[in-house]
Amino acid sequence: MKKLSLINLALLMSLFLCAQEITDEQAEHSPENSKCFNCHSSHTYTYYNDVIERNVTKRMNPYFLVDSVLYYDQNHSSFECIDCHSYDYRTFPHDNELQMDPMPSCLDCHEGDEETEEYNFEKIDLEFIESVHSTKHSDEFTCWMCHNPHTYKINARNNENVKETIVYDNNICLSCHADINKYQLISSEKNPNVIEKHDWLPNQIAHFASVRCIECHTHSTGDVLVAHHIQTKDKAVKKCVECHSSNSILMASLYKFKAQENRRKYGFFNAAILSDSYMIGANRNLYLNILSGAIFGIIIFLILIHAILRILLK
Amino acid sequence: MTKPMYLYPLWVRLWHLANALMFLALIATGLSLQYSSMDYTIIRFDYAVSIHNITGIVLCVAYIFFLFANHFTSNGNYYQLHLKGMFDRTLKQLRYYSYGIFKNEEAPFPTVVGRKFNPLQKISYVFVMYIFMPVVVITGVALFFPDMLPDKIFGIGGVHFFDLIHIISGFILSIFIVIHIYFCTIGKTPLTNFKSMINGWH
Repeated sequence: MKKLSLINLALLMSLFLCAQEITDEQAEHSPENSKCFNCHSSHTYTYYNDVIERNVTKRMNPYFLVDSVLYYDQNHSSFECIDCHSYDYRTFPHDNELQMDPMPSCLDCHEGDEETEEYNFEKIDLEFIESVHSTKHSDEFTCWMCHNPHTYKINARNNENVKETIVYDNNICLSCHADINKYQLISSEKNPNVIEKHDWLPNQIAHFASVRCIECHTHSTGDVLVAHHIQTKDKAVKKCVECHSSNSILMASLYKFKAQENRRKYGFFNAAILSDSYMIGANRNLYLNILSGAIFGIIIFLILIHAILRILLK
Repeated sequence: MTKPMYLYPLWVRLWHLANALMFLALIATGLSLQYSSMDYTIIRFDYAVSIHNITGIVLCVAYIFFLFANHFTSNGNYYQLHLKGMFDRTLKQLRYYSYGIFKNEEAPFPTVVGRKFNPLQKISYVFVMYIFMPVVVITGVALFFPDMLPDKIFGIGGVHFFDLIHIISGFILSIFIVIHIYFCTIGKTPLTNFKSMINGWH
């Protein structure tokens, strides 16, 4: 009985601690944001209509919806909505003219910012300007086309699970390249079918699940953590050996953040790849190479000796 | 002079020829894939993959044919191991290859109609055809479907595990081929055994 009471007490304590944690977390969030989320995190919103003098419930435009859970789990979760959006949005109903306000770009805050110096935003911007997204679509293509400001979360360097990073990052590309509505925001062309365009690629499913689009479609200089110089399709990596070799380009991109400590483990070349995938050509084993070479050499040597003796002693 | 014996029927010769050609193609493409590099190219990677896949399928079909043929014809008898005295017989054959042959001694187990293989040949052929071939074929077929393999086997990736077994067994078979070709030169003349495998007569 006493034991049961102790368990109950422990459970109550843990519940209390959990509740405390949630409350603390909520307290960290801006109360100003809560006002925005009251409407923008729900499919409907209610306001008092002065003209007809009663509450009216309307449907929220799905493109103005923001998932508060994802918002508070992304890179800029500490931000207030009005850090980026006009202060005038605090007034409801919002002034329609506010929609015409230009959105800030990454460089508006990060240019010359010492705190984010390691990310080299200036170089990212230069790479982006040279990329096909910028050269082909000019100013219409902003950072936000790929990096949703309300949900984008740095993945590659924080997530130990490379497969999750691959899915997350590829979904960014597919959000346009597999969605005709978003694609045609900036292009009148027919959205190319990603599956058909990659018909030439053997084991397509395995490739799509094991590498990010940017592995083959960007030109990496190594100056930035994630290459932003997206190239035209004719410049994409098509030579298998660029990945399937002992000096695989994946070690400078997808496995960059694991590469330092894991370049050669138990004799396997590019061992960082092995925790998530296996690539013929890239993951050969030094010890097995030496062993097999030695065995083969001994066999050839013995055969030669045997053949020479047969000829001499005939 | 011994009377010529018809030891290798047409199906054995055709199967053996297909096996030999596929093996050579698989070894060349397999090595090319395993040691693929930006700096040098033995066979272009995508070509090597296609050739390896096609020849692998042909080898697999040839192997299944071999299993059926051995089951339904008397050729299977040559692959039956008789454990009693096997060790002594094998040792005797080993002694001949490593010593007696240089003294021009008579082969201890000459080829006759009921005994196509000497003890050492028999044991190596049984190991090759009934242990390493099934391993290389099964792992090869499994690698055709990498998405269906388990994520982890004994703590390492499923594809990695199957590939390791595939290349180790492939390497052992490659060593067998080298030794096999050399030992085929041990005949009346260095080319006698090769000719036998073409016309069927020993």
